[in-house]
Amino acid sequence: MIAFILRRLLQSIAVLLAVGVVAFSLFRYVGDPINAMVGQDTTMEERAELRSKLGLNDPAPIQFLNFIGNAMQGKFGLSYRTSEPVGRLILERVPATLELSLCAAVFALFVGVPMGVYTGLYPKHWSSRLFQAVSLIGISLPTFLIGILLILVFAVWLRLLPSFGRGETVQIGWWTTNFLTWSGLKALILPSITLGLFQLTLLMRLVRSEMLEVMRADYIKFARARGLTNRAINFGHALKNTLVPVITVTGLQLGALIAFAIVTETVFAWPGVGQLFIQSVQFSDIPVMAAYLLLIGLLFVLINLTVDLLYFVVDPRLRSQGGAARVAGH
Amino acid sequence: MATPPNNPPLLEVKNLRVEFPTRRGTLLAVDDVSFDIAPGEVLGVVGESGAGKSLTGNAIIGLLEPPGRIAGGEIRLEGRRIDNLPYEEMRKVRGARIGAIFQDPLTSLNPLYSVGHQLVETIQTHLPLSAAEARTRALDLLKEVGIPGAETRIDHYPHQFSGGMRQRVVIALALCAGPRLIVADEPTTALDVSIQAQIIALLKRLCREHGTAVMLVTHDMGVIAETADRVAVMYAGRIAEIGPVRDVVKHAKHPYTKGLMGSIPSLGVRTERLTQIDGAMPRLTEIPQGCAFNPRCTARGSRCLVERPDLMAAGTTRAACWLHDRGGIGAPVVKETADA
Repeated sequence: MIAFILRRLLQSIAVLLAVGVVAFSLFRYVGDPINAMVGQDTTMEERAELRSKLGLNDPAPIQFLNFIGNAMQGKFGLSYRTSEPVGRLILERVPATLELSLCAAVFALFVGVPMGVYTGLYPKHWSSRLFQAVSLIGISLPTFLIGILLILVFAVWLRLLPSFGRGETVQIGWWTTNFLTWSGLKALILPSITLGLFQLTLLMRLVRSEMLEVMRADYIKFARARGLTNRAINFGHALKNTLVPVITVTGLQLGALIAFAIVTETVFAWPGVGQLFIQSVQFSDIPVMAAYLLLIGLLFVLINLTVDLLYFVVDPRLRSQGGAARVAGH
Repeated sequence: MATPPNNPPLLEVKNLRVEFPTRRGTLLAVDDVSFDIAPGEVLGVVGESGAGKSLTGNAIIGLLEPPGRIAGGEIRLEGRRIDNLPYEEMRKVRGARIGAIFQDPLTSLNPLYSVGHQLVETIQTHLPLSAAEARTRALDLLKEVGIPGAETRIDHYPHQFSGGMRQRVVIALALCAGPRLIVADEPTTALDVSIQAQIIALLKRLCREHGTAVMLVTHDMGVIAETADRVAVMYAGRIAEIGPVRDVVKHAKHPYTKGLMGSIPSLGVRTERLTQIDGAMPRLTEIPQGCAFNPRCTARGSRCLVERPDLMAAGTTRAACWLHDRGGIGAPVVKETADA
């Protein structure tokens, strides 16, 4: 198991380095940053001075090593747009995105999994068929449309919930949170539903098909023959056996939630990193884009690492045989 | 055969019918099956695939897979009718009064829980024991079914056991709450031949010690001959012959049973050729009129083509064959050599 974790850690580092190359190549290939930073009337000497000051004259590998070295210390340089340190810029925005993604994930998990279990246990019941039909809508409607529809209904017509922004937030250290004020909580509802709906339907359909499959397994029939209660069979035996694929997908989707919060953040004017990224793209603010890429890469890697470790918790077959290869054949 | 009045049968199955509604009409998979099992008795049920033997077993434990359903007859356990119990009532019977063992020990155990967990869970479902007491009982059961090093093995997971060891665990699970009857559906089919004998010996010993009756469903006549007190031979959803195992093996009265016994190779006797029964068991949709076996029967008469025989006394066994009726089989009808 230790060997497995070490192997995964090495792989994670390799992945992050690859992301680093992509992020770094942004600097080299997306226009000349000097042009973006200086005014029209800057002299050539001043430009050259700035260029050497920023280390842009060094050979590419040296620049890359500098870039990685700085990134590991959390130094991503100055934003071309606001001239603030990129690290601070992103750190200010991270809580908004993480809280939004967390709420969306919780919503998707706590609604999607029970719905999946229910539709898996009673596939022929009319309510299961209804869930199935509704989930088809959820899976096929684009996120921005759902967001706009929700705004129309709950913000414009019913005037129950705010249509944009985070509402009031409370500062705890460098972290700003929505969870401690009433308006902050209300502001979370619509964006979370918008962001989580797709994941919810995906999870529901996944859990449903896994449940249908597991309920046919011999060990479920044997559990019935042992006279176990339905609750023990459905939740203790059946649901647990659906968990490995559910954990995999939830993990991947959690990463996706954070990364693709961009659309939702744009629709709801949510001050998160996604919105920051969009603004940076418009301004060719490369340091911010590069840092964003690295941050998302890091989050994906961390989540996948956690998922791999969770497999061991759930499936004893992996613990003794070492290696996650068997998960694929599960 | 007739159980004395002071010793009522443990299990009574009367005129059991199991049917499957399909788009093309209802299939009768078990047709008018009746038998008893006495306390502590081992009843073997043999037959080809599709003869209805497993369905009969599943009907008794109340786990027919939909759309299969009991269409008629009744099942009584210790005098109490169990075929029409509500699900929750029947759940309390399963595991507690009737244990079950299935064919494949590799897939019968949940891979995500230790065997100890699964034993304790079953014990606590049926018996009012604390977790510690249940674990002690689980440990005793594992020792009883011959798991070496049970103290450490109890916390192991199913994948850490071999096939034979897993079937021992399955037997322990079936015995958890001290059932009066065990329905064992092909308990050795998935195992190596060398392991089969061990498992059968174990099952036989445990049931004798616990006074547990067994309904042993298998297609292996050898297993039946070794284990069972009585045997029921099933053919196309009906019992063709039922009687003490020695009599059925040595002096079969039904032509199908005779053919079945003739097709078992025996080591001691050198024969030119094993007898075989021509043709195959009819599908449920194509069961012929009269006796279901008549197209393959070498001794059939005109009566067999039109009238279906019920079980009737035939020497020491009971057979569903007109040969043993006073009315006889009617005019002999020669079997076509090339079977339809």
